[in-house]
Amino acid sequence: MTIARYSLIAAAILAITACGKQEQPAPAASAPAAPPAAAAPDTIKIGHAAPLTGNIAHLGKDNENGVRMAVDEINAAGGAEIGGKKIKIEMVSEDDQADPKTATTVAQRFVDQKVAGVIGHLNSGTTIPASKIYSDAGIPQISPSATAVAYTAQGFKTTYRVMANDAQQGKALGEYAVSKLKLKKVAIVDDRTAYGQGLADEFEKAAKAAGAEIVKREFTTNQETDFNAILTSIKGAKPELIFYGGMDAQAAPLTKQAKKLGIKAKIMSADGAQTPEYIKLAGNDAEGTIASIPGLPKEQLPGGKEFLAKFKEKFNGEVQLYAPNCYDAVMVMVAAMKKAGSTEPAKYLPELAKIEYSGVTGNISFDDKGDIKNGAITLYQVKKGKWETLEVVGGAAAK
Amino acid sequence: MDIFLQQIINGLVVGGIYALIALGYTMVYGILQLINFAHGEIVMIGAMVTISCINFLVGHNVNLSGPVLLTVSIAMAIPVTMLLGYLIERVAYRPLRKAPRMAPLITAIGLSIVLQQAATMIWGKNYVPFPAILPTDVLEIGGASITTLQVAIIILTAVILTGLFLLIERTKLGRAMRATAQSPDVARLMGVNVNTIISMTFMIGSALGAIAGVLVAANYDQAHAYMGFMVGLKAFTAAVLGGIGNLGGAVLGGILLGIIESIGSGYLGDLTGGFLGSQYKDIFAFLVLILVLIFRPSGLMGERVAERA
Repeated sequence: MTIARYSLIAAAILAITACGKQEQPAPAASAPAAPPAAAAPDTIKIGHAAPLTGNIAHLGKDNENGVRMAVDEINAAGGAEIGGKKIKIEMVSEDDQADPKTATTVAQRFVDQKVAGVIGHLNSGTTIPASKIYSDAGIPQISPSATAVAYTAQGFKTTYRVMANDAQQGKALGEYAVSKLKLKKVAIVDDRTAYGQGLADEFEKAAKAAGAEIVKREFTTNQETDFNAILTSIKGAKPELIFYGGMDAQAAPLTKQAKKLGIKAKIMSADGAQTPEYIKLAGNDAEGTIASIPGLPKEQLPGGKEFLAKFKEKFNGEVQLYAPNCYDAVMVMVAAMKKAGSTEPAKYLPELAKIEYSGVTGNISFDDKGDIKNGAITLYQVKKGKWETLEVVGGAAAK
Repeated sequence: MDIFLQQIINGLVVGGIYALIALGYTMVYGILQLINFAHGEIVMIGAMVTISCINFLVGHNVNLSGPVLLTVSIAMAIPVTMLLGYLIERVAYRPLRKAPRMAPLITAIGLSIVLQQAATMIWGKNYVPFPAILPTDVLEIGGASITTLQVAIIILTAVILTGLFLLIERTKLGRAMRATAQSPDVARLMGVNVNTIISMTFMIGSALGAIAGVLVAANYDQAHAYMGFMVGLKAFTAAVLGGIGNLGGAVLGGILLGIIESIGSGYLGDLTGGFLGSQYKDIFAFLVLILVLIFRPSGLMGERVAERA
């Protein structure tokens, strides 16, 4: 029989459907059913993009909720007063599937819909390719969670982020591991995304500078659940610390499998893994893991307690990661519009560059690249099934 | 050496799971010459239902030891996937049995997407952690670590495979399945109810899929609505590697593929001097698929038995 031909056809069909899947409209996209009157000048659209399907959909949903909370609050007050007119905001939320290709499609869709600004994307790997499209269209983009250094280093005028980047994060973690914990033999794993790779590189630089030896560097992908092979070769190198650059969906099984293989090394990661989801998935094995987040501890945030309470009430769940930053990103954008008295990107962009805003995550102002000034990094450790604050590096708390 | 041994053990565990799933593909192919691409989703649903059952039982303070709890829950999940397998065949494949080959292939892929989306509606988009009910003791064998769960996976796989072979070779149902695989029309003339046999094949394959799904979830401590896609593709590759339609081939293919993947991703970085890292693990499965299709399309276990169930 022509099994060969048959199987090749099957593979071809799979490839086709795989492409098809990327283009299916995200369920969330159609959710905020836009009234036909949306074109009226007293409503503007703000785009939000994050993975709403796939293995980090929980983080995408978290971001979306943060944006939704800000938008709902503004609309409940009758809209934001911009240029002497009450203007309502409509959130257009799209699913970029954490996939760089899909992210550019989503970005193009936002541009075609003439959104006034974009909050997103979630991953650095999607934010960077999308930022070129926003920059070409002159649409301001505030990422609430893309920490890769490269994002704002491209020389675009439209790229902003509301938290510290991975250069600061990698440095804080690397120095803490080597200087405070005295762990000198380090193995590094990353997921080869712009975020994971960039972060791991920054960590490696900092750890080496502090005197650590990198005994193994391994790689995985952001879809993987089986780490036995790489952990086995790591085990052979006998590290005292394993650093993982990537998201919680991989960090958790990696932690569990390391324990199963009898690896005693401490696990360290960064913001992608500092989530309640990580503890839920890794269970008891999460105990002792250290991870950082750009920003002050959530409870120490100026408006943190209130925000967390409101969030819980509205969405009946805990903040995973960057919802407060998403909330602030919307508020900062609107604040710039208010100052400029216009929702036109070209008019409010200069105001965004010199904004001084005090949000729930702290004071927000940008340097000439669009990075936040004075961003803090907080280190956490899992103790008794909870992320407990270890130390705050930089930012306002350093004073 | 202990690292090498560890990689072999890792490979055996994964390979056993691939083998169980590959059987589901290969049995259906043996009888219908159809690739049931929705099989990966059955695996996923088997895992999800089992986890829900365990959580339900634990939530209602049913005091059973971990392995018993797991067995009870799998016993509840198996009928669900068997019913699902039956329905899939009845609704999506039987009406198309006389249609060109491409048609059922496309419905298979469509079904797989429908099932994935249905699962996200029921169980959400988050990872579902596998309840920590099983002992996590680690055994040391010559410097390599293996958990009791992994030992159980290997033994369970072997037992199930033996049972399946006995079923196919020694029972009346098995004989009817083999007859249907050789020629449905002649089997019908001999008094075999071909439709029933086909339904049975789907149901047996789905039951194996459910068990495999639970093993995947237990081994990696989590399940996810999209978990069936990749594991299904790998198992399909294993089935092709062994010779699709051939039961022994599916097992051989599964175990070989597990070991190739494990060793490959363990040593790839060292062998290529860091040029290709272990993130390219998945290329091994598909490299194998391509090589087999080019050089030995009938698979390792050859043409002679390729048409048997």
